[in-house]
Amino acid sequence: MTRLLAYSDALAEATTLAMERDPAVFLMGVGVDDPGGIFGSTTLPHDRFGDARVFDTPISECALTGAAIGAALTGMRPLMVHARCDFLLLTLDQLANHAAKWSYMSGGRLSAPVVVRAVIGRGWGQAAQHSQSVQAALAPFPGMQVIMPATAYDAKGMLLSALTGRWPVVCLEHRWLYGLKDDVPEGFYTVEIGRARTARAGTDATVVALSHMVVEAMKAADVLAKEGIDVEVVDLRSVVPWDRETVCASVRRTGRLVVADTGPRSFGVGAEIAAVVNEELFGELRAPVRRVGLPDVPTPCAPVLEAAFYPGSADLVRTVRALVRGVDHGARGDASAARHDKPFSGAF
Amino acid sequence: MIQQAFSDDELLRGDRAMLLVRRAEERVVRQYAEQNADFARGVQPAHAIKCPTHLSIGQEGAAVGVCQELNVDDVAISTHRCHAHYLAKGGDLRAMMAELFGKSTGCARGKGGSMHLVDPDVGMLGASAIVGGSIPLAVGAALSAQMQGRTRVAVAFFGDGAVEQGVFHESLAFAALRRLPVLFVCENNFYATLSHVEARQPVGIPQRATGLGVASVTADGSDLADVLHAARGAVRRARAGEGPTLIEVRAYRWMSHVGTEPDTGRMKRSAEELALWKDRCPLAVLRVRLAARGVPAATLDAMGTEVDAAVEDAVEFARRSPAPSPEDLFTHLAGEGAPS
Repeated sequence: MTRLLAYSDALAEATTLAMERDPAVFLMGVGVDDPGGIFGSTTLPHDRFGDARVFDTPISECALTGAAIGAALTGMRPLMVHARCDFLLLTLDQLANHAAKWSYMSGGRLSAPVVVRAVIGRGWGQAAQHSQSVQAALAPFPGMQVIMPATAYDAKGMLLSALTGRWPVVCLEHRWLYGLKDDVPEGFYTVEIGRARTARAGTDATVVALSHMVVEAMKAADVLAKEGIDVEVVDLRSVVPWDRETVCASVRRTGRLVVADTGPRSFGVGAEIAAVVNEELFGELRAPVRRVGLPDVPTPCAPVLEAAFYPGSADLVRTVRALVRGVDHGARGDASAARHDKPFSGAF
Repeated sequence: MIQQAFSDDELLRGDRAMLLVRRAEERVVRQYAEQNADFARGVQPAHAIKCPTHLSIGQEGAAVGVCQELNVDDVAISTHRCHAHYLAKGGDLRAMMAELFGKSTGCARGKGGSMHLVDPDVGMLGASAIVGGSIPLAVGAALSAQMQGRTRVAVAFFGDGAVEQGVFHESLAFAALRRLPVLFVCENNFYATLSHVEARQPVGIPQRATGLGVASVTADGSDLADVLHAARGAVRRARAGEGPTLIEVRAYRWMSHVGTEPDTGRMKRSAEELALWKDRCPLAVLRVRLAARGVPAATLDAMGTEVDAAVEDAVEFARRSPAPSPEDLFTHLAGEGAPS
């Protein structure tokens, strides 16, 4: 029996299930108890468990992250939520210097399984400090996992994995995914962190996509299919650790790779994947690895500039087509052609 | 006055704990001297301490006075200067020495070193070498005690430099807001490395706490009874649900910020200033008091002999212990390493 559930509702359901199963789980963050409930993702747990286990916090993200770590070291399972990814940068000392390292520095005698959710706030003129996609900035700190579920099914299963695991986990959620519905089972299940998902099988080229770029990649694959180009879309789902096996196996079959990231192209996740694919599969590549991601400027505000800033399915279509047809049209990935309808429908 | 509130046994317990810290750290100083002589001769010693070492000699009263008022299930989090807190909280001496020597029997299996001593069995939750970094962790430990309905108290140890961090203010304000059972113990030794507190801070440390809604008290780190008294009051308040307390313990670090030599003569740290504080050595002050109470010198001598033997045994244990194997590089990323 199928049950369609929106991404935001899947997050809320996962949180509620985790809190039912484990009295140590609690949820905190700026605005988690307000009527908006972080785009609807915290309302259900707040209604269900009240202020004792779901509570608003002062706007002191760094200290509250440290408090989450201290709570985790003493038997609690904190889940912290930020309405914007950008605020994670205020917490980087506690995440990178403390959460990620406490287990290793203590010789494994303690661990700090904090889970931090944060929303990538793209769109509607959010500009430079309310829209960033910071996965690459969080990636080089061994001891902390970084996940980016792209479907409601994975949002629930991966959040439950995080809330029942031993690692500190940061979960980055693209705002444009929140309204997307998916078949989501009602009960408890987990999706393993570190395993990619083949969203669409194909033979001519592999697109490894992150978060909302999976949606764009699926659209691009539909367009390219009509041209006779058969694209495999791999939804990476997890940035740290990332699934080398699935990615390399796919690229070994197709011989071509495009990495589609919601974050900056320079020094981004695509750079790491491209480097590993070059190291592992150099002789088997039929074309250079391409990256599609954000150009080297902060996010602008005005709609015309925003449209020029964000790559989408059209960029992926051009990039993949050039790889497969052997014509390089300078697929920079930072130019944008036609825009596509967005599922997003709200001012914030 | 205050000292009369404490029994001979309580003061003797504090004396032994301070002596343990003092002698253990003096042994570290001697080890450094020996291995440095080896290095100077071009000899690689078979066993050596190869990590930055921040000593608490001279300021033992703070760690000991506070920890003596705690139960074993109360928790403490410390800083890069954590030997005294670890030992005062009841951390295993052998495991500390082994950690300093980089051995697999170390309290952190050789992964942490001098700046990251940890012993969860006695509530020592570890230490952060990021100034101010440990403060919110203690707040979180207090938050969990409150949520779990337990009377456990959490302690953040930090230095005077840490109150200059934003996270100090955020942490105290949140602890006050939620009336959390946490002690903020600021060991004010007046120097951040070589920079004097007057060159760094516009108002006194207790004044900051007051402004954030946290009760505060200043204690004399040279007088163990004064620290015990301040800690007892703060712990009582915490357990009674009356919220956090900041204790400023004024003490003096005899050695340099890092390393095993004094740094007097550099900038404002004069030999005269150090001599004044050495006259107020917390161990010496306490021993005068114990003698006045009629505690026999033989009792104190026996204690010294016993502590020295324990320290020597710990160093021997460390030397005998195996180093980690290279494969251990990839273990312990997510709590998988139960102590052997």
